[in-house]
Amino acid sequence: MNGLGRIFTMTVGLKFLMAVSGFILVGFLVGHLSGNMLLYAGPDAINQYAEVLKKFPVVLWTTRIFLIIAVFVHIYSGVKLSVLNKRARPHAYAVTKRVKATLPSQTMLLSGAVVLSFTLYHLAHFTFRWTHKEEFAGLGDFDVHAMMVLSFQSSVVSSFYVLSIVLLMMHLNHGLVSFFQTLGVNHSKYNGVVKSLSILLSIILALGFISLPISIYFGFVS
Amino acid sequence: MRVTLKVWRQKSKDDTGRFETYTPQNISSSMSFLEMLDVVNEELITQGKDPIAFDHDCREGICGACSLVINGTAHGPQRGTTVCQLHMRSFRDGEEIYIEPWRAKGFPVIRDLVTDRSAFDRIMQAGGFVSVNAGGAQDANCLPVPKQCADKAMDAAACIGCGACVAACKNASAMLFVSAKVSQLSLLPQGQPERARRVLNMLRQMENESFGGCTNTLECEAVCPKEISVEHIARLNREFASAALVSEEG
Repeated sequence: MNGLGRIFTMTVGLKFLMAVSGFILVGFLVGHLSGNMLLYAGPDAINQYAEVLKKFPVVLWTTRIFLIIAVFVHIYSGVKLSVLNKRARPHAYAVTKRVKATLPSQTMLLSGAVVLSFTLYHLAHFTFRWTHKEEFAGLGDFDVHAMMVLSFQSSVVSSFYVLSIVLLMMHLNHGLVSFFQTLGVNHSKYNGVVKSLSILLSIILALGFISLPISIYFGFVS
Repeated sequence: MRVTLKVWRQKSKDDTGRFETYTPQNISSSMSFLEMLDVVNEELITQGKDPIAFDHDCREGICGACSLVINGTAHGPQRGTTVCQLHMRSFRDGEEIYIEPWRAKGFPVIRDLVTDRSAFDRIMQAGGFVSVNAGGAQDANCLPVPKQCADKAMDAAACIGCGACVAACKNASAMLFVSAKVSQLSLLPQGQPERARRVLNMLRQMENESFGGCTNTLECEAVCPKEISVEHIARLNREFASAALVSEEG
């Protein structure tokens, strides 16, 4: 079997795929949050940002296809590894006590499934406008500001977004640290810095995303 | 002291197994955990019952034979030791103690608390050796090895192959074991000629033996009686990438 075959079939190779695709998606989250922060610069800023993105369809669709591939690779490797891992212990322990494992590291499949469900809802909500058809009916194609304000005035929608992002933070909390370990980046010289920066990035991303529904719901942005 | 034991009893590989409760008498806090099980077994034999089967050999923490999950932790609550080095003073008087075998598809239960760990032997047979004829004893410093590499190789070589890493991992992964064996040889000159083949063959064998993959939860490192670091798993990952993608040998 050649090298690429091993990457797609062996568990360590699948972990590489999961790590690299996950890192690409983290890169997207950084870009997405940076754009969303324009909400605080007023309606014109974020609406123009949305308009500019659509002005370059080739760039937009290339990025989208790249991200869709990353999502599929991440899900494929995650599901395949999870199935193998479940099979490896057919009989569970009566008592389990974790010594070092953190809650995020134990619940990656669950948090990942919730994040995936949230992502699909998020696309149906803002990209395809399926979930809030009537509320968004009179709005222009690029009136992102109004869509966000109308949506996040609802406590149900805001709570769902906040909860999903907390789970996303949990997922990233372990995922980012795991990315470096999986790619073999582990040395006592910098392990502390890598771990701290990974956790910091997951917290910054979560706080940034959570601030959007919260600031709208409590009327700081209207 | 008094303890209540909930011990996994299983007559054979095909038996479904169940927990049985024992309340042994004459237990001293100075006894080792295995000595306590010896006392239980003496009582069972006196009563004409089957003693509890459990693996043990050196009882000095170096052979890797003893293998019990005690109250959900491989090798019990004391860090950096095997079960045979664990003493009853680590438990409270009146405590309920669950004793289970290693649970993994790759380590099928043979009887009670004894598992078949020959999967590790087959992983070693797949590449955990140096087949190059090294000849007679070399002169000192003929093969220079940096001190740091020698130390790391020695740390990895401390692995006794007990399988606690598999028992503790939520995926029953043998990555810590394989990484220790791969690290030990990849850091030394004698391990270079078969370096790429070794990592690929050992990992493939690990998968063939039905062990899971690593999800970096660090439980293996936490329960390892020889405190092998997950740093070796990172090295294994680097060795795999190099062997799979760029090595002439792989």
